Amino acid sequence: MNIVVCVKYVPDAQADRTFSVDNTTDRAGVDGLLSELDEYAVEEALKIAEANDGEVTILTIGPDRAADALKKALQMGAHRAVHVNDAAIHGSDAIATSLVLAKAIQKLDPQPDLVLTGMASTDGTMGVVPTMLAERLGLPAVTYASELTVADGKVSVRRDGDLASQTIEATLPALVSVTDQINEPRYPSFKGIMAAKKKPVDTWTLADLGVDAELVGLTAAWTTVESFSARPPRQKGQIVTDEGDGGSKLAVFLGEHKFL
Amino acid sequence: MPAERLLPTDDSQDLIDLTREICRQDLAPQVDDMERAGTFPEKTFRLLGQAGLLSLPYPEEFGGGAQPYEVYLQVVEEIASVWMSVAVGASVHALTCYPVATFGTDEQRQRLLPAMLGGDQLGAYCLSEPMSGSDVGSMTTRATRSDDGGTYALKGTKAWISNAGHADFYTTFARTSDDGGRGLSCFIVPAQTEGISFGAVERTMGLRCDPIRQVTFEDARVDAGQRVGEEGQGMAIALSALDSGRLGIAAAATGLAQAALDQAAAYAKERRQFGRAIGEFQGLAFLLADMEAAVTSSRASYLYAARMRDAGRPFSKQAAVAKLVATDAAMKVTTDAVQVLGGAGYTQDFPLERYMREAKVTQIFEGTNQIQRLVISRQLLG
Ligand SMILES: Cc1cc2nc3c(=O)[nH]c(=O)nc-3n(C[C@H](O)[C@H](O)[C@H](O)COP(=O)(O)OP(=O)(O)OC[C@H]3O[C@@H](n4cnc5c(N)ncnc54)[C@H](O)[C@@H]3O)c2cc1C
Repeated sequence: MNIVVCVKYVPDAQADRTFSVDNTTDRAGVDGLLSELDEYAVEEALKIAEANDGEVTILTIGPDRAADALKKALQMGAHRAVHVNDAAIHGSDAIATSLVLAKAIQKLDPQPDLVLTGMASTDGTMGVVPTMLAERLGLPAVTYASELTVADGKVSVRRDGDLASQTIEATLPALVSVTDQINEPRYPSFKGIMAAKKKPVDTWTLADLGVDAELVGLTAAWTTVESFSARPPRQKGQIVTDEGDGGSKLAVFLGEHKFL
Repeated sequence: MPAERLLPTDDSQDLIDLTREICRQDLAPQVDDMERAGTFPEKTFRLLGQAGLLSLPYPEEFGGGAQPYEVYLQVVEEIASVWMSVAVGASVHALTCYPVATFGTDEQRQRLLPAMLGGDQLGAYCLSEPMSGSDVGSMTTRATRSDDGGTYALKGTKAWISNAGHADFYTTFARTSDDGGRGLSCFIVPAQTEGISFGAVERTMGLRCDPIRQVTFEDARVDAGQRVGEEGQGMAIALSALDSGRLGIAAAATGLAQAALDQAAAYAKERRQFGRAIGEFQGLAFLLADMEAAVTSSRASYLYAARMRDAGRPFSKQAAVAKLVATDAAMKVTTDAVQVLGGAGYTQDFPLERYMREAKVTQIFEGTNQIQRLVISRQLLG
């Protein structure tokens, strides 16, 4: 059972996040980490691999520092990693990202039985890369899995909606994106940290993947960020003074804001 | 603010980073509630064990992390800066594994250590008794060997035992002859041994998540193969274990003092009186400076002792100095931190009053600070 997990190195949401001069997310000036939402995909892959004697490959696209995201996943227990690192990729949109991911996955030997992703990145929060990638790979895509089982060449997934839960089956190979409900990601262990240093990490460029640099990056993006402005600071709350009529004032306030 | 650390290797930096991550994400959010309720942090110990943080100073071949004391102790300090009870529990666990690791036969190490160090088990250290505290040689718990020599029957009561009732094994000292301090022996007693029972949890001043109880052995029978070292070697084993254990307490006390200092300094920058931040008054600024000096010298003294130990040199005196310096500093720094916060420091809305209660016990256990002075002065004058 070969599993590939696509992960993203994102700015730490607890730090001050900003944009660069070209209106892309600033990845140089801010501490980054393995996207929390991707940790669930890594954990799920490790659990499946442990139960099925499988191997987990971690794949990321990103600048030099993105190696930290790979390192974390390897420390958690993944077997090997691939880092696609090429200056021309800077500023890529979801379409270009899915192209590069697809080419990288196609280059893997052996080919994966299962591709796992988080449900969205914590920085761009587009959530469209998984399905775009599945389309490019010609794989069935099952998104937002809150439970996942693999058996008899099939993957079975529970997908929780607001009104109902669906159970969806797909034949392997398949692509599944997982939610933050699916498991509790493990911490690396000290032994895992030591072992990770010896695990293979391949670094590939666009040329290695045979991807034309014209097709990716800021200039190839279908959309551009025209401008940005910081979110205004939160407004002061409204204080309701109780002069015997506090209850009705509260009711009016809640009514105005459509809570009642 | 994380303490500044000089670490010997990249691996040890990664280890500190892992410790900080677990402390921030898992320990910090629950420590206040857990200490208020006095619940034993079973899950937290399991988590630390799985992460490999409970077996750091022991050999890799038995499941340990093969870390020098210089590094292991800084992990204990980091944990203590977030949750003192857990740091003390971790240090006590390391203490309970020490006799087998150091005095056990090859057969005993292979048989016992992998489980003790595997991350799923916790040990307790049964030395003190109601009538025998500082005067270890006066203990009365007795281990009587069976006629065929195959087993020992333990009888007696131990007091103030950390992890009691939760531990998987009890590293226990008992008398095998009437020869005072030379008549003691050391045993590893599995928790499921028949004849062990526990008293009520003591109502302590602090360290509520490190519950202590009496442990009573009523003809508790253990295999002779569970005796560590020779008959009569118990005192030497206990004192040797405490030399190392003390360093764990010194490191934990340093972490506790660091936490108190960090919170006091942050408060002094925010709180305003007479039109300025209280930290701008020299009377308070110098108090904080003295606290920093105390924490830094605590860290330096336990690291010095640890480096002596790691180099294979005698370190008993240095360990006693470190325990004395760091725990007295922790008492002073936590008390002064309450002072910096004024009335707020005295309330349970801030953890400072808890730190102060937790600091007190570090001057008492693993050899009172009077006993540390005894160890130091004997080496000076002996
Ligand atoms: C929270 C907590 C956890 C503990 N955990 C454990 C544990 O896991 N395992 C374990 O075995 N024990 C444990 N202990 C027991 C602890 O080690 C003892 O309390 C300590 O060794 C002191 O013994 P004592 O309480 O009998 O005091 P005593 O020995 O009666 O001492 C009373 C006072 O007399 C002083 N004194 C005694 N002798 C001398 C001397 N010769 N010169 C000068 N002053 C002296 C002492 O310093 C102290 O101030 C724990 C205690 C506490 C409070």
